[in-house]
Amino acid sequence: MNRLSSFNVVSLTLGFVFLYVPMLILVIYSFNASKLVTVWAGFSTRWYGELLSNEAFLDAAWVTLRVAVISSTIATVLGTMAAYVLVRGGRFMGRTLFSGMIYAPLVMPEVITGLSLLLLFIGLGLDRGVLTIVLAHTTFSMCFVSVVVSSRLVSFDRSLEEAALDLGASPWDAFRLVTLPIIAPAVISGWLLAFTLSLDDLVIASFTSGPSATTLPMKIWSSVRLGVSPEINALSTILIGLVTVGVIAASLASKQAALRAKRDEQAAARAA
Amino acid sequence: MRRAILIAVPYAWLLALFLIPFAVVFKISLSDIALAIPPYTPTAKDGIWNMLSQLDFENFVFLTEDDLYWKAYISSLQIALISTVLTLLVGYPMAYAMARAPEQWRPTLLMLVILPFWTSFLIRVYAWVGILSGEGFLNQFLLWIGIIDAPLTILNTNTAVYIGIVYTYLPFMILPIYAALDRLDGSLIEAAEDLGCSRIKAFWLVTIPLSRNGIIAGCFLVFIPALGEFVIPSLLGGSGTLMIGKVLFEEFFSNRDWPVASAVAVILLLILIIPIVLFQRNEQKQVEDGK
Repeated sequence: MNRLSSFNVVSLTLGFVFLYVPMLILVIYSFNASKLVTVWAGFSTRWYGELLSNEAFLDAAWVTLRVAVISSTIATVLGTMAAYVLVRGGRFMGRTLFSGMIYAPLVMPEVITGLSLLLLFIGLGLDRGVLTIVLAHTTFSMCFVSVVVSSRLVSFDRSLEEAALDLGASPWDAFRLVTLPIIAPAVISGWLLAFTLSLDDLVIASFTSGPSATTLPMKIWSSVRLGVSPEINALSTILIGLVTVGVIAASLASKQAALRAKRDEQAAARAA
Repeated sequence: MRRAILIAVPYAWLLALFLIPFAVVFKISLSDIALAIPPYTPTAKDGIWNMLSQLDFENFVFLTEDDLYWKAYISSLQIALISTVLTLLVGYPMAYAMARAPEQWRPTLLMLVILPFWTSFLIRVYAWVGILSGEGFLNQFLLWIGIIDAPLTILNTNTAVYIGIVYTYLPFMILPIYAALDRLDGSLIEAAEDLGCSRIKAFWLVTIPLSRNGIIAGCFLVFIPALGEFVIPSLLGGSGTLMIGKVLFEEFFSNRDWPVASAVAVILLLILIIPIVLFQRNEQKQVEDGK
């Protein structure tokens, strides 16, 4: 099985070229001195300077960051609860509807989610702003969290929980002291996923925000509609850089955690 | 008691912010446009009976009369379908090669597939504007190597939309297929080959059927959101690119015709119900198989 044919190598190479070259071009041309984005006129960090002195972008970034932190935190709590209910909850009334409401938002077109939430908020007379964006983002990202966490819950050994219960732990203690540490990596990646989804969202935020709150994607959208702009290239480079560092750091950390767990297991096996 | 709270909190949240909003959309799709803000006449104001007698399907009739909407639904289905097939054609060989790669490479390959997914969707679509435009990098490159004599028009056509969808949704196709192929028992393929199947025949008769769930999940994950896609057709498509997500967005924000926008959404939802239910069944089955 572990031989790559030349066809495999070619399809992987072409696939990764396709995935990475567009972003690479964006990064390279963010250092272009010329305002014409397709003509190279020497290295410059001019657009980064202009970006960082642009108040509107900084304000939007701050709104986006606040929305993302709050919504992903609530979504992680709700999504973990939902995952626990789906995997461990057994049968209860309306279970099918519940699981439907968890899976449907994963694929629901954003225009529908956005429109329906906006009409709800108007019906309720809620002022549109940071609060309404947070509510909207929490709703769809809790479903992603729930899917990530439930895949971890499905694969872990239930007898550990039962042992804790047999030894006299309350269900809450069993969850807090046994289940939570085991599913923690999934909960953390669920939070990160919710956080990025919120940072990224344009359509739902456009529907649910009011004049008082503009998010970064909305700001980016209004300038890229007019064509390619070097300031946006600089902003993209910063975002791509942050994500790359974050993903690499997270994967190194999880690798170390896996190694440590393996060592502990071996030590325990030797001791026994 | 605790169990009841555990179930009730996420349940109530989803009912209030996912299901009830659809009811609101449905209600508004059946009301008249008025110039007040919010721009619709509240259908429920005079009690249930009046509401029932006032129900009108005018907005839906309007949708059937104006062929803009029909064309938009048909062309969205077409674009979503073609892009899903293209994404499968690009994604399957990649997922297959990843599953066959040496064990120690796989985490890195997987990370390389996931990394773009964490990067802003909007920025990844935007990256193609500079590549596909008339004086963009692709045309410069093709002119330079001498394949073409005059720049190609790709930006603002459906081709650009296909490229955009394949590019942004590729990880969604690769990951479930890779997960299915990774679980696949290699000895089954060896057995098929020992029994006289050629490698290609073994691939068609063993590998493809056994990765079926991954293919189905991947196709739904691309097809359903692509059908209502707004950013890609607005940024890469042209005035001739009709997609229902774009029509809905414009109906809502430019024409401010909320009832018609709601009717457009209701029909899109009806089209999507079957694929969404199938997708949910497929996912549920995989969760249960995993137990």
